Amino acid sequence: MPGYELKNKQNLSINISKADIMIIQQLSIFLENKSGRLTDVLEVLGSENIRITALSVADTAEFGILRVIVSEPEKAKELLKKNAFTVNITEVISVCAPDEAKHYAKVLKILSDRNISVEYTYAFSVEEKSIIILKCSNNLDAIGALKSHEVELLTSSDLYKI
Amino acid sequence: MDREGLRKVQSERLRETVERVYFNVPYYRNKMQESGLGPESIHSIDDLRYMPFTTKQDLRDNYPYGLFAVPMSEIVRIHASSGTTGKPTVVGYTRGDIATWSEVIARTLTAAGANRNDFIQIAYGYGLFTGGLGLHYGGEKIGASVIPISGGNTTRQIQLMHDFGSTILACTPSYALFLAEALSESGIKREELRLKAGVFGAEPWTENMRREIEEKLKIKAIDIYGLSEVIGPGVASECLEQDGLHINEDHFFPEIIDPNTLEILPDGTKGELVLTTLTKEGLPLIRYRTRDLTRLHHETCKCGRTLVRMDKCLGRSDDMLIIRGVNLFPSQVESVLLEISGIKPHYLLIVDRQNNLDTLELKVEVEEEFFHDKISELESLRQKIQQTLESSTGIGLKVTLVEPKTIERSEGKARRVIDKRKF
Repeated sequence: MPGYELKNKQNLSINISKADIMIIQQLSIFLENKSGRLTDVLEVLGSENIRITALSVADTAEFGILRVIVSEPEKAKELLKKNAFTVNITEVISVCAPDEAKHYAKVLKILSDRNISVEYTYAFSVEEKSIIILKCSNNLDAIGALKSHEVELLTSSDLYKI
Repeated sequence: MDREGLRKVQSERLRETVERVYFNVPYYRNKMQESGLGPESIHSIDDLRYMPFTTKQDLRDNYPYGLFAVPMSEIVRIHASSGTTGKPTVVGYTRGDIATWSEVIARTLTAAGANRNDFIQIAYGYGLFTGGLGLHYGGEKIGASVIPISGGNTTRQIQLMHDFGSTILACTPSYALFLAEALSESGIKREELRLKAGVFGAEPWTENMRREIEEKLKIKAIDIYGLSEVIGPGVASECLEQDGLHINEDHFFPEIIDPNTLEILPDGTKGELVLTTLTKEGLPLIRYRTRDLTRLHHETCKCGRTLVRMDKCLGRSDDMLIIRGVNLFPSQVESVLLEISGIKPHYLLIVDRQNNLDTLELKVEVEEEFFHDKISELESLRQKIQQTLESSTGIGLKVTLVEPKTIERSEGKARRVIDKRKF
């Protein structure tokens, strides 16, 4: 796969299909900065019992992007589209680390050392563990880099179990 | 001149114009032949009704010089107005046309009470736009002192108005109001100015605006009308009676038609103004559809002039917007959006007037095809739309990205424009 380079022998056991699973499908939804819009999205998802693992909002004065990781991304996307939302599926990765700042810093340092830029990140904490979501300039390179430093990567099924 | 004598002059000039376009402009010759007409078919102004119409699209199709009726060596000036798809409408003037233009503007200024003792401050833009230079030559013709300050730089406008003793102001009505506001904040008192009248045009304005300008600037506000395709300003103008605009019908023959059936409508009925140039040499136009809606009145004016009068323009028969004196068609916006996003998203133009200046906002629905997960990508898309539109139309605007299906559709068709200005 282009752009995916194994940096040391220890990682040879990671094959492409494994990396693919570590890619997580995140929904990105365009929202105007108007009250009630977030509620509308959640109600649409709730109507089909879709579960939400993680959620974050990035905004400017006039519009925002809602990023959300859900149990059934394709189904959720179709559902939102039917309700006239603009939705894309974006690939992100997720790591699990102790919830101390230094561990978050370490993850980011590993990536910057490899010249992998982080386009955005958000995190939440469960039982003293941080679940970190990362959108990298190259997610596959990021998986390789993090694996080589024995950072715990989560698959989508890991995430949905949280 | 009595109406009878005028009609003779118009008929003779029309015959000459028809002959000129038939022999010099292939486009007109073909169109006339298709209708079974030759130059001999037109005997008098009454036969004009048989001639085909000319539209802005015809000018565009023959861009840039296709409809000119003289060799380019005879053209001494070229002006242009903004076009719908990036291409402007081009107008060429012979030396004779410049003389005609000066003559009709001289009439405009005289009707507004100006003479050789006046100082005319021309705050219309100079350049391809016909406003500045059009007024300029007419002002010189009547022997007034012309101050070619051009548009913008409001502080300097007020300073020179004071120092040079301007008596006549020429600009768009919205800029006149803007100047009035600026004057009240400038520290210069109205009594220190010699200003007595203004000739205002290039955009629609209401009687309320007129009253406001007259109260704030304490001048007589005169409405003037013209369009670059026909000549620029100077087609028609009010006299001091302010009771309709006298059309210079010995140069520009007016008809009012129903924009749907194209039937000629009687005096006093609102319809689309159609103009035929009777003396233009460079770019003669036969039955040019102005798309401006108005009414004609043939009764003699209290001022004594026998020329036909038209009402202040009462809107448009197409979707053209005039924003700060600049023409804008929604199709221009459409082509920019298509170029940038690769699709034709739903959009809405909102025009308003705040502090006497027109404002333009464009709302664009964000569709999946150009939606991006990154704020910075969306923001740069927004800026690109804004910059491209500003540079292609010359109109500053605000671009807002909105959610899909939030722009109202009526009968399945999107409404493209909301004009909140009251005309």
